[in-house]
Formats: sequence, structure tokens, C-alpha cells
Amino acid sequence: MKAWEVVIGIETHAQLSTRAKIFSGSSTAFGAAPNVQANAVDIALPGVLPVLNKGAVECAIRFGLAVGAEIAPRSVFARKNYFYPDLPKGYQISQYELPVVLGGKLAIAVGDGEKVVNLTRAHLEEDAGKSLHEGLGHHFHGRTGIDLNRAGTPLLEIVSEPDMRSAAEAVAYARVLHALVRWIGICDGNMQEGSFRCDANVSVRRVGEAKLGTRREIKNLNSFRFMQQAIEYEVQWQIATLEDGGTIEQATVLFDPGSGETRAMRSKEDAHDYRYFPDPDLLPLLIDRQWVERVGLAMPELPAAKRQRLLADYALSAYDAAFLTSSLELAAYFEATVAAAGRSNAKTCANWLMVDLTARLNKDDLEIGQSPVAAAQLGGLIARIGDGTISTNIARKVFDALWTGDGSSADEIISRHGWQQISDSSALESLIDDVLAANAAMVAEFRAGKERAFNALVGQAMKATRGKANPQQVSELLRKKLA
Amino acid sequence: MSLTPEQVRRVAHLARIEISDAEAASTVGHLNDIFTLIEKMQAVDTRGVEPMAHAQDVGQRLRADRVSEAGEVAQRDAFQAIAPETAAGLYLVPKVIE
Repeated sequence: MKAWEVVIGIETHAQLSTRAKIFSGSSTAFGAAPNVQANAVDIALPGVLPVLNKGAVECAIRFGLAVGAEIAPRSVFARKNYFYPDLPKGYQISQYELPVVLGGKLAIAVGDGEKVVNLTRAHLEEDAGKSLHEGLGHHFHGRTGIDLNRAGTPLLEIVSEPDMRSAAEAVAYARVLHALVRWIGICDGNMQEGSFRCDANVSVRRVGEAKLGTRREIKNLNSFRFMQQAIEYEVQWQIATLEDGGTIEQATVLFDPGSGETRAMRSKEDAHDYRYFPDPDLLPLLIDRQWVERVGLAMPELPAAKRQRLLADYALSAYDAAFLTSSLELAAYFEATVAAAGRSNAKTCANWLMVDLTARLNKDDLEIGQSPVAAAQLGGLIARIGDGTISTNIARKVFDALWTGDGSSADEIISRHGWQQISDSSALESLIDDVLAANAAMVAEFRAGKERAFNALVGQAMKATRGKANPQQVSELLRKKLA
Repeated sequence: MSLTPEQVRRVAHLARIEISDAEAASTVGHLNDIFTLIEKMQAVDTRGVEPMAHAQDVGQRLRADRVSEAGEVAQRDAFQAIAPETAAGLYLVPKVIE
């Protein structure tokens, strides 16, 4: 019997970072009191009309350009009809036959190589409200509470082709997409608040089989870890079911993080029949070339291009370049650091960002954009390591001072504390003479052939210079004097 | 094409319209008349004609991305005055669990 092949396609809802809703002037800010940001359009009072937010369209254009897709010169909004209490109109305004973004691709890292995932489309639509089922006291006995603040928030639904072949590939795709929408500034990517949520369509088939197996759709995966777990569980469940002679029914399933299992939500029989039709309240969306070009000019350099440039310009490793381009903020910080430190110190800058700065940010639970040490300050510090003014150990002390705000620049802190390395060899020589005189016993041990004693003497000498000497230089001088 | 009473009941269910068996039977007749009309229209040769999304041949006007309504509790309360049931700023509906 041939092995099983897993086939996964992902649909992602990215909440767009506009100030106002997609069809009304209500705010999209998160966390307001219930229903305060739901105006007459959002709650669907009779007679209201939607007017499309230009900012949401611009987000769609940015996305289309970032994935090399076609931006449709004409796209159409459609009504997707279904009844649910958090959808006050009885339909969601979406796009169906003519979406705004067509095609495109994303490269994901798979093992040591790269794989291209093709995109089917991306379309604009409005979000629904929120249903609260529990935890709100006695009013809610036998009731569901409806908050329509989220109703009308702009979404970009991004649909991939069924190109992923494992849970790991699906997660890699979701991560790259997540980084991209944040990079181009169209979505804050906050998965806890539901700004970026994925549905995974999963099926299995025998290797070599051309026809796709029946798929089940795992809804609302709001973390990468859950996505991995849910797909892995679903795949082994489908394979076990088929190997036991069963069949897979098309269904929508939910992942329960508690049990680690997926369970069916609705079966095919009551699957929704959405009865899409063009929304007569909205005219076709027309996007001309000039608009697309203007949006393109305002786009940042994309992650893949930036990664290539970091590799080429600064001779970084592939790992370093990938790490530094994991977010636009980090990449910008790196380049600003190098600008201050000098290009020859680029590798040192990368190391400081990836090790010292990242560790410190994580410890204080800060994002790169909140770093107390500015890129120019860190670059100034690294320049002083590069030109030999200070050792790496002293540099860590200077970094601490910059972090706590005890000084405005590395140079100022170094000179205030007198932390410059003693490179003047006559000053060092006299210091070393004192150390040798004070540690006669160690000198005797060394002469008796104990190499350990030499290291102890280096330690003593470094201590005498309060860490300000270059250890290598100290070591060389000591050898000369003991020879 | 003609509809069965079963299909009519399904469409009514999707549209959340309550319909009795007698109404379903008479509705079959009405809908089948409409389908007959549609069949006549389908005889027209529409090859090369682009489907129309709207009766007006113009593009959608766009609004600037600006919050134009303050989002006040007073307005919410005015809206909720006509709702059958509310609590803690929420609209209440019979429990829905999927």
C-alpha cells in the first residue's frame, strides 16, 4: 500500500489596520465598551448605505503588490447570506466572483531549502460582531450577549492553493504571511485579539493519486502552536479513519486545545448555502494603474529583498539575515545600528542585536520599537569596540548604562568612567611589573612549569587594570617579561 | 426546470421564512412561473456580453479612512431602546451554541 500524502490549503483573515470601519465611520479600536463603536450602518438600521473605506482598499493593494499578484482593475462586492445574531444585516458584505487581488505567491523555508506556495486570491470583506456565551452573570441565563463593535471591521481574506504537504509547512506559511502583513503595515498581527486567524483545509490521499481527498476545514486557529497540533491530530485521525475502511465526510471542525482533538461543528447536510449575489448597495470597485503605482512607491523594501541585500552588503550568514528580517522594525534597527557603527562592524552589530539586545528586551518584555537603547547609541558603542577603545566586557557595562539611561552616548559614558582600554604599552608595562612583584609565588610556580599560574597572572593583571586592558596585549607583555 | 415542494421548504428554511405545507404547495406554482420566465430570458444569446454587477455603469465612491463618529454611550443607549432585550451594553438573544 502506498504511503499517505497530506494536502493543506490555508484561508487567513487579516484584520486591516485602518482607523475606521470598512463601510462606516465608526472606530475600529480594540477594547471599547460593548456596542459603543457600532453606528447605524454597523447595526444595520433600515435605510443605511455602506460607503467603502479607501484605506482598506489601499491595504489590499499593498498586499497584492507584496505577493506579486494581479490587482483587479474592477472588482465587485457581493452579499454572503446567512443568519447569525452577530451579523445584523443577515448577510456579510464580501467579494465572490471578482475579488480585488488575484494570484500571487509566497516563499517559505522548508528544511534547508525553499518552497513556493501559490495564492489563489485575496478579497475584502467585513467582520461580524462577537457573541458572548458565558461569564457575564445572571442576565445571561439562557441568553447570548451580542457586541457589534467588531461588526464592519475590515478584513482581507487571503486564500492559498492546497500547496502545503505537512503541518510544519502550513505553520511555515502562516508565519511568513503573518510577518509579511505586519511588515507592509496592513495588519497588527495580534493573534490573541483575533487580528490574524487561520482556517486550515486538510485532506489526505495516497501518494500518486491525482484526485484530492475529501477535506475537513479546521476553523479559527489563533496560534501557530495550535495550528501545528490541530493539523497533526486531524491528519492522523483522517488516515486512521480511512485505514479502518471508513470515509471522510466534508465538515467544519474546531480544535479543542484542552484535549488536543478536533471535533465536527456542522456536517455537510446543514452546511451553509450562502446564496451570493452582487450587492446592489455598492458599485464596482475601480482601481487604476496610477493608484497602484502610487501605493507601490510608498511600500517598504520587502523582507525577501531585504534579506538578500543584508547577505550581499554585510556578509551576514543566512541565519543572521533571516533573523534580522523577521520584522520591519528589527531590520530598520539593524541598518540604523550599522549606519552608526560603520559597515566593517556589521557582523558585530548583528551579534549584539541577536544576543545582548534581544535577551535584554525579552527579559523586560519589550518590543524592539520600545528599546531604551536607540540604534544610534548601540552603533556608537559598537564603533568603540571596533576601534579597540573598549573591550567586549567593558562594552557590556556601557550597554547597561545606556539601557538604564545613565548616559546619553557610549563615548560620554566611557570617558566619564575612564573606561578606555589602556593601550599605551609603557603604562601597561609598569602595571605588569607591579603585578609580578606582588605575586612572586605565582611567578615561581610558572617558572616551575605550571601553565595555570600564567593564567592566574593574566587575571591579576586584568584586575589591576580594572578590565580596561586588552587581554591579548596583557598576555603578550607578560610572556615577554617572564621569558 | 421546475421546483419540488421539498426544494421550496429548503429555500424557505435558508431564508428563515416560516411556511406551511399549503403555502409551500402554492409557492411551488408561483416560483415555477418565474422559472418559466427565466427560461425564456435564457434563450437570448448573451455570448460576449460582460455580466453586469450594477445597474449604473460607474465606479464606487470611496470614503477617506477617518473616524467620523465619536462612539458615545448615549447613542448606543438610544439604539438599544428599541431592542427587545439588553444588558451591560450587550444585545441579548436566545442562547446560540454551535
